[in-house]
Amino acid sequence: MDPVALALANALVGNPVHAAALEITILGPELRFEHVTLVALCGAEFHGGLPRNRPVLLAPGTRLSIGRAIRGARAYLAVAGGIDVAPVLGSRSTFLPGRFGGLEGRALRRGDVLPLREDAAALSQERFGALKNTDGRSVRWSAPLQTVPDREPVLMHAIEGQHFAGFDAASQRAFFDAVWYIAPESNRMGFRLAGPALARRDGDEILSGPTALGTVQVPASGAPIALMADHQTTGGYPRIAEIAYADVPRLAQLAPGATLHFAKCSLDTAVELRRDVKARVDAVLQSIAWEFGH
Amino acid sequence: MAKFRPLGVVPLGDCAAYVEFSRTLDLEVNSMVQRLAVALRSRGLPWLRDVVPALGGVALHFDPAFEGNVLELAAELAAQCLKKGLPAAKEFESEIELPVCYEAEFAPDMDEVSKKTGLAAGEVVKTHAAAEYRVLMIGFAPGHAYLGGLDARLAVPRRATPRAQVPAGSVAIANEQTVVYPYAISGGWNVIGRTPLAVFDAGRPRPSLFAPGDRVRFRAISGKEFARMAEQQ
Repeated sequence: MDPVALALANALVGNPVHAAALEITILGPELRFEHVTLVALCGAEFHGGLPRNRPVLLAPGTRLSIGRAIRGARAYLAVAGGIDVAPVLGSRSTFLPGRFGGLEGRALRRGDVLPLREDAAALSQERFGALKNTDGRSVRWSAPLQTVPDREPVLMHAIEGQHFAGFDAASQRAFFDAVWYIAPESNRMGFRLAGPALARRDGDEILSGPTALGTVQVPASGAPIALMADHQTTGGYPRIAEIAYADVPRLAQLAPGATLHFAKCSLDTAVELRRDVKARVDAVLQSIAWEFGH
Repeated sequence: MAKFRPLGVVPLGDCAAYVEFSRTLDLEVNSMVQRLAVALRSRGLPWLRDVVPALGGVALHFDPAFEGNVLELAAELAAQCLKKGLPAAKEFESEIELPVCYEAEFAPDMDEVSKKTGLAAGEVVKTHAAAEYRVLMIGFAPGHAYLGGLDARLAVPRRATPRAQVPAGSVAIANEQTVVYPYAISGGWNVIGRTPLAVFDAGRPRPSLFAPGDRVRFRAISGKEFARMAEQQ
């Protein structure tokens, strides 16, 4: 859901940015590490756990207890070599509704054993050994990248969707004026937004069309849905707006009850925002690679 | 292919674009869009992450690292494929016969459909199984096929309140289409039967039983056959 925090966590343990990691949403697990393991925890701030945004070498037998989220909604725990589940359709992600990917296509439960690479312990030692500026079992620095918004309502840039003009004038204004709440019935497919009901000028059904990450669609109820990582590929609801790609990681860090508002932007601005974020992420990833001696 | 011109190209955020050819269901456009999607995919462009044919157009999803103008590029790629000529539908379409048990146990909405259409359950089954369908689009969920070709006599609206969970394999109708639910999921269509076959299995070489353009027929089976076939899955 938050690809920036995932990339950062992976980079901090020397992995490629897309390696499989644990996504921890709102309530964290208790984990036991049988072997020495290099880990990094990034994204939301949770009770317990570890110093965030830095590599930490855990001793064999370490118990790591991660409590509730304090700030943000999702943390990412990466381990050296990645979590070694089989790729399905080119991805190691878990797709809960379809029950495939990840570990048996389901959320983790008590007693599960997560497969790591056979050489994970050696890899952990080797990578930690390669790090400059170490201090005991961690380092003297932390990565400066942050996707957890520090104040609300969180600003989301959005361009007008294909059907924006089909909404009545009051709804067009309300969409960009209102403060929206993330509703409880939100998940990895979409965030439901609570606020003023939006209405269309004409009630005609639209032909089912495509959707993308960040598409905001409005079903007949008038309550918008922002499509997230596990979104469907097509949908029959009018699309009022499209959230800038650069802002989606910060959206992923909002828990139910959090607030946001939308600022209208042009496609060019959205592209620029994406370029800026990429440049910042690339710079941080490069400095981490330098700490590993690359 | 000169006759097909896009109505326009609209952004789906800043990493994807929709090349739209029709805002109403036009079967000729729908078939062209499916062939266009095949042509676009066969280009094997590394920064083109996904190509999704919808009912009246095709969505191109670009790699977020791509910095060009997605609208211009999507229009250009579609125009190039149309100019070069699209693959014939028969090169990629399959014919599929889907066994379906229409017995009461698997058809919770049959009474409602009977009432609304004025057809006895037996007639509903016969009419549904007699037609040939085409996959117009895959969407909503992985492997979830929208099939066109439903007999107009079976055109009933969606249920007012969607069911929280429709079992995997459920065959349902609404308006002038029929769908097959790939796995247990919420849904508002009228369920009149169930197939014992796995509609979507991520572990298969071709995970989705259906692909856009496929021609589909339904074959009525008994509860006993259903049980036997379900066991073999």
